[in-house]
Amino acid sequence: MKIFLGIDLGSTTSKAVIIDGEGQIIGRGITNTRSNYEVATQIAQNEAEFNSRFTLLHRKLKSEPNGSVNWDVLINQLENRFHYLQYRNRFYRLLDKIFENAAKLEDKTLSEKIIVLLKKIQDGLLSEVKDKFISGAISLTSEFFRDLFSTEYMKAIQNEDKNYYDQLVALYDRSITPVENEKLSFDFAELAEEAIELLPENSYQKDNLFRKNLEDIESLSMEPSDYIGTGYGRQLLPFEEQHIKSEILCHAMGAHAYFPETRTVLDIGGQDTKAIQVDKYGLVTSFQMNDRCAAGCGRYLGYIADEMSISVGELGPLAMNSDYEANICSTCTVFAGAELREYLNLGEKKENILAGLHKAIVQRAFALLARSGGVRNEFTFTGGVSRNQAVVKYVSQMVEQNYGKLKINCHPDSIFMGALGAALFSSRRK
Amino acid sequence: MEIQKENSMIKQKHMLAEQFMELSQVKETGKKVAYTFVPGNLTELIYAFDMLPVYPEINSLQSGMRQKSKEYIREAEDMGYSEDVCSYVKCDIGMMLQGNIGPTGQQLPSPDILLLSYTGCFVFMKWFENLKQLYPKAEIAMLHIPYQESGKIEASAVKYIKDQLIRDVIPKFEKVSGKKFDIDKLGEKLDLSAQAEDLLIEIFDSAKHTPSPIDAYFGGVYYIGPIFTAFRGNEDCVEYYRELLKEVNYRVANKLGPITPEGYMENEKFRLVVEGPPNWTHFRDFWKLFYDKGAVFVGSTYTRVGGVYDDGFRHGSADSIKSMAEYCMGCYTNRNLPQRIDLIESFIKKYNANGFLVNSIKSCNSFSAGQLVIMRDLEERLNIPVGFIETDLVDPRYYSYSNIKNRLDSFFQMLDQRQSFVVGDDILPDDVLT
Repeated sequence: MKIFLGIDLGSTTSKAVIIDGEGQIIGRGITNTRSNYEVATQIAQNEAEFNSRFTLLHRKLKSEPNGSVNWDVLINQLENRFHYLQYRNRFYRLLDKIFENAAKLEDKTLSEKIIVLLKKIQDGLLSEVKDKFISGAISLTSEFFRDLFSTEYMKAIQNEDKNYYDQLVALYDRSITPVENEKLSFDFAELAEEAIELLPENSYQKDNLFRKNLEDIESLSMEPSDYIGTGYGRQLLPFEEQHIKSEILCHAMGAHAYFPETRTVLDIGGQDTKAIQVDKYGLVTSFQMNDRCAAGCGRYLGYIADEMSISVGELGPLAMNSDYEANICSTCTVFAGAELREYLNLGEKKENILAGLHKAIVQRAFALLARSGGVRNEFTFTGGVSRNQAVVKYVSQMVEQNYGKLKINCHPDSIFMGALGAALFSSRRK
Repeated sequence: MEIQKENSMIKQKHMLAEQFMELSQVKETGKKVAYTFVPGNLTELIYAFDMLPVYPEINSLQSGMRQKSKEYIREAEDMGYSEDVCSYVKCDIGMMLQGNIGPTGQQLPSPDILLLSYTGCFVFMKWFENLKQLYPKAEIAMLHIPYQESGKIEASAVKYIKDQLIRDVIPKFEKVSGKKFDIDKLGEKLDLSAQAEDLLIEIFDSAKHTPSPIDAYFGGVYYIGPIFTAFRGNEDCVEYYRELLKEVNYRVANKLGPITPEGYMENEKFRLVVEGPPNWTHFRDFWKLFYDKGAVFVGSTYTRVGGVYDDGFRHGSADSIKSMAEYCMGCYTNRNLPQRIDLIESFIKKYNANGFLVNSIKSCNSFSAGQLVIMRDLEERLNIPVGFIETDLVDPRYYSYSNIKNRLDSFFQMLDQRQSFVVGDDILPDDVLT
C-alpha cells in the first residue's frame, strides 16, 4: 500500500504523521525536539510507523469475524504495552548512563555512596510508570520520555539523603542529553511479541486470526512513497530541498483538511505564533508571524511553569479554576515572570495569576491576528498551545468579542496539523 | 563579489565620485552647500544658485551599505537618542559626530543652509532641529508642503508653497550664495529635469516586459534612482539615463533579466511590487533572497519617494515656481493613503505583478503606519497574494536573516502554490479522520 509521511520539526516538539493513499491519517508520532534533529525526526517517524501498524492491524481485524473477541480492547492493550516496552528500553539506557557517570566521579567514596543510592531507588522508578502505561493512563503520544523519567527520579531522590541530592540531580542532567541524542532502534515484531507476553491471560493473544493478521502487519513495508518536512527546523532536516515545505502552508492545509470551511487559522507553537488566512481550497492568501520576540508562545508557558515549579500540563487546568484574571500587562516573558513573583508576594492565588498570564498570551496572539486581517470566517486554532484548555477558553472569548459568533474549531489532533499538511502535500505531488 | 558593471554604472560611479570631490573642496572653491532631503528636494534650485546639495538620508544609507551605521547609531544613542528613533537620523547624527566623513572617505562640508522641504515625514522636522544644534551657523529654510488630505493638489496649496518659495526660501538662498536669483537658469534646469523624467519613466515602464529587464527595487535604488535625485537638472543626468535606457533596451531585445550582483537574473518566476525601503546594511544578502528564488521587483514605491512621474507630472520652465510646488505636493510621501494604494494598484496592473510585499521598517514611525491597511486593501481589490516582512533601514540589529528567510520562503511557496494550483478535482478529501 502507498503511504505518505509528513514531519513537522518544531522548536519544542517534533511531530510525524502518516497518511494512506486516501488521505486518511493512519499514524501519529511525537517527541520533544532535542539538539540532534535527526534523532528527534527518527523517533517521531518511528512512533508514527508503529502507530500506523496498529491502525492497519485494527482495520484488518475489523473486517474479520470477531466472535467473542473485542478487537478494539485487544489492540488498545497491546499498543499500551508496546509503548511501555519502548519506554523501558530507553529507561534502562538512561539508567546505565547515570550509573556510568556515577562510577566516573573523582571522589570514589562519593561515587560508591551514590551508586548504592541509585541501586536502592532504581526498581521503584519503573513500577509506577509501568502501571500507568499498561492502564492506558499515559502513552508516548501524551508524555515524553524525559518528563516521565525525571518526574519519577526527582521524586525518588527527594526521599533520600539530602547531602547527595545535588549530585544526583547533576548526574541526571549530565546523562539525559547524550542519551536523548542517541539513535535507538526498535524492531516492531520483536517488541510486539514481547508486548503480547504482557497481555492479560484472557486476551485471546493466541487467537489464530489475530496472530496471522499481526504477522501480516509486521512484515508490511512502511517505506513512504513520498514525504515532506516542515516546521521551524525544516532546513535542518536530513531531506533534500524538494522534500521541504513552509510550515505556514502545511498548517493551513492540515487545518483545512479537518475543517474545510475554515478561513482563518491561528497556530501557536513553541516559539512562533502564526495568523494565517486561507481560501476555500486551503491555499494561503496571507499570513503574519511574530517577529523578534516569542512572548506569548509555548516557551512562555514553559518558562512560567518552571517559575511556579509545576509541569506545563498543569498550567491550563489550574488557570481554569481561577476566580478572575490577575492583570498581567507585560508582553515580555521575562518581565511576566517578575509580575508573577510580585503577585505571589502579594498573596494572590496562583490560579488567578495563571489565568491572567493565559489571557495575556491570547491578547498578544490577537494583535497578530488583527494585523493579518482578523478572523474572516470559521476559525481554527492549532499548534501545541491549543492543547491548553485555558488558552482555548480565552481564544474563544476573544473571537466572539472581536469578531462575533463564529464557528471555532480546536481538534485534539491540532498539534499534528503541520505534519498532516506536509503529508497531504506529499501525497498530492505528481 | 564584485557586481557586474555596465557603462551606466561606471558613469554613475564617476559622477558620484566627482560630486563628493567637489564637496570636499568647497573651502577652496567657495561653493556653498545645502543640506536637504530626497522627498521634495529642490535640486534644480540649489544648482541654479551654483550650490551643492547634500542628502543626509543618502549619507545614512551609504553608511549602512559600508557597515558603518552600527557605530554611528551607537554614537547617537550614547548621546541620548532612543532605540525607537529613525535609524537614518541616528546614523546621520553619529556620522557628523565622528567627523562627517562621506562614503568616499572625504570629509563632507558643513551646511551653509538647511533646506527642509517638509513632505509628509514628520521626523524630518526634528532631524533638522537637531542638525541646527550641530551647525548653529547654518541658515534655515523651511518649506512646508501641505499633505494631500483631499487626494488632489489644491490650488490654494500650490499658492501657499509658491509664496513660501518666493518670500522665504529663494531670498535665503540669495543671501547664502551671494547670488541673485536667475529664473531663466532655474527654468533651463527644470527643462533638463523633464527630459530625465521622461527617460526615467521609460526605464521604469520597461518592467512591463517579461522577463523584466530591470529590478525596480534593488536595481531601482542601486542604479536607477540615485543619479536622479542628486543630479536632476544637469546635462550629465540626462546623459546617464540615455545610456541606461540603451542598456535596458538591449536587455529587452535579448530577453535578458535585470543585472544582479551575480550577473543577469535568469528564470524569472515571481513578479513583485514592494512598499517600503530596502534594508541597507545587508543589501546584497537581502537582494539575494529574492533573485535566488527567481523573484524580480517590477515596481516599488521607494523609488517614487523622490518624486512621482508615473501620472504625467514633469518639471518645466513654463511656470518654474509652480512646477517646483507641484512636484513637492506630488511626492509619494506627501500623498494620502488611498492615493498611495491607487498608485500601487496601478503598478501591480501595469507591470503584471503576481505578488505584493511590504518591507516594514522597524525604526520608521512615519511610514510604516498604514502599511497593513495598504496590504489588506490591495489583497481585497486585486485578490493578489501579499506578504509582510520587517527589517530596518540602517540599524543592523533589526536584520534577522533567519526570520526574514523563513517568512520569504513561506511567501514564495504561497505564490508558487497559487500560480500552480489548478482548482479542480484534486481538492483534498474533506475527511481525514480515521
